[in-house]
Amino acid sequence: MTAVENSEALSEKTALAAESETSNPPTKATGLARFAGPATVFGLFIGFWYLTHHFLMSEPKKPLVPVPHRVIQESILTWNIERGAGGSRTGGGLLKLLEGLWSSVQVAGLGLAIAIGLGFVLATFMSQASWVQNSIWPFLIALQAMPILAFVPLIGTVIGFNFKARVMVCVIIAIFPIVANTLFGLLSVDKGYHELMSLNGASRWTRLFKLQYPAAMPSIFTGLQISAGLSVVGAVVGDFFFRQGEPGLGRLINLYQNSTEYEQMYGAVVMSAFLGIAVFILFGWIGNRIVGNWHEKRSN
Amino acid sequence: MSATSEHALEFNNLSMVFPDGTHALDNVSINIDPGEFVTVVGPSGCGKSTLLRIASGLETHTGGECNVDRNSIGYVFQDATLFPWRTVRKNVELIAELHGESSAAMSDRVNESLALVNLDEHEDKYPKQLSGGMRMRASLARSLVLQPDVFLFDEPFGALDEISRERLNDELLALFKAKKFAGLFITHSIAEAVFLSTRVLVMSARPGRIIADYQVPFEYPRSHGIRYEPAFAELSGKISQDLRGAHP
Repeated sequence: MTAVENSEALSEKTALAAESETSNPPTKATGLARFAGPATVFGLFIGFWYLTHHFLMSEPKKPLVPVPHRVIQESILTWNIERGAGGSRTGGGLLKLLEGLWSSVQVAGLGLAIAIGLGFVLATFMSQASWVQNSIWPFLIALQAMPILAFVPLIGTVIGFNFKARVMVCVIIAIFPIVANTLFGLLSVDKGYHELMSLNGASRWTRLFKLQYPAAMPSIFTGLQISAGLSVVGAVVGDFFFRQGEPGLGRLINLYQNSTEYEQMYGAVVMSAFLGIAVFILFGWIGNRIVGNWHEKRSN
Repeated sequence: MSATSEHALEFNNLSMVFPDGTHALDNVSINIDPGEFVTVVGPSGCGKSTLLRIASGLETHTGGECNVDRNSIGYVFQDATLFPWRTVRKNVELIAELHGESSAAMSDRVNESLALVNLDEHEDKYPKQLSGGMRMRASLARSLVLQPDVFLFDEPFGALDEISRERLNDELLALFKAKKFAGLFITHSIAEAVFLSTRVLVMSARPGRIIADYQVPFEYPRSHGIRYEPAFAELSGKISQDLRGAHP
């Protein structure tokens, strides 16, 4: 096992070295080696999960950490458990998870869209004059530094424990990386490029659209990727508090916890993780599609 | 700042003191006519680049006069400053776009510029796919597209290896011969200065003053081989001597 791992690690190293010298496309061996590392870590994690259930938890506590295959079986592979069926107090199954997922996707998606729009406009204004930047920046930092959980009940009290409030939590939690990364991208354009624009009489507008926005793209997508993940966090966290409307994944986790249906609860946690990872990968992919052609570090 | 002067580029008793008190240029007078290629060599930080920045309007001088038609300047930077998200062709088109040229007129000029620097076969590549020399050529093509009368070169080949540098020197001379522009070139390389120029000026350490002025006796077109002729070595030697004296 270790010999195989070693040889794979070695082949990855040599493949990487070859890649950096000749920029050949990655070989098949590299792909396998790249897959093997993360797969091993994942395997260890699952192993630890079983280990915890079988050996680290005392008998009465074992239900708190149901084994992975039970979680999959009960929550993902079972379509629908009606409320009250078989003594279930909340019900369960994949249908409820998908409904929760859809609710969370709506909240996170709308929250992220607003955060992107608002963040983009804010960053653009801030990039245009340092007094604008200096006026807004401290409050963005404050917004970022304040514990969102402390804010959630406040938001609920003021605008109601409803969909709007859930979206607002998403916006608050997701906006900072978009503003910060967009602004950083817009402002870190090399002086030489600005001088080229000046020499050719470019207006502020032309400079923004022909130089600063395109130059900021890699940085903007880094921000989008982070914010997309955070919007999912926002949607799930908001759910814990806001109990009106369609229950999202956070609300499901809460319900299953209260009714001690731990297989279902783990299933909902896995589904939230899946959503977070999916948006992270999606935005990474979109970013690569858009700037991968020309950006030195993103090229593949 | 009148354009009535008969010279393509004219500095009269030019002085430059930066707001922080740095005295960059002192009483510099240079006239460059169309078809003249003037190179300035001097110690690092002597104000050579400041001269170009004043000519192009990026900086404003504090004394004397600078006469040049700012609408007809090509500026080649030390770095290629190509936009990485634009292909070579799109980079060349950028300058025309910024000057509101029509796409039809633009297309011919862009083709011509790319052909002049031998990049027509690489026009769809992104800058990251090009070597340092090719990037510099693309940068040259970009400044050629408006067909300026005055070219300002700020150590454009300083970062290149010797072979690429000499090759680009040859190409630049071919361009100079074809376009007959007025050139002001900044470099640290004496060989490059002598090889390219009709005149070589030596600048002193800060505050920069012109301390020597040499006419270069070689006829154009110049072949690669003149670098090894005795007269070339002799002139290079004199300039080198002056440069030693130029250091404080």
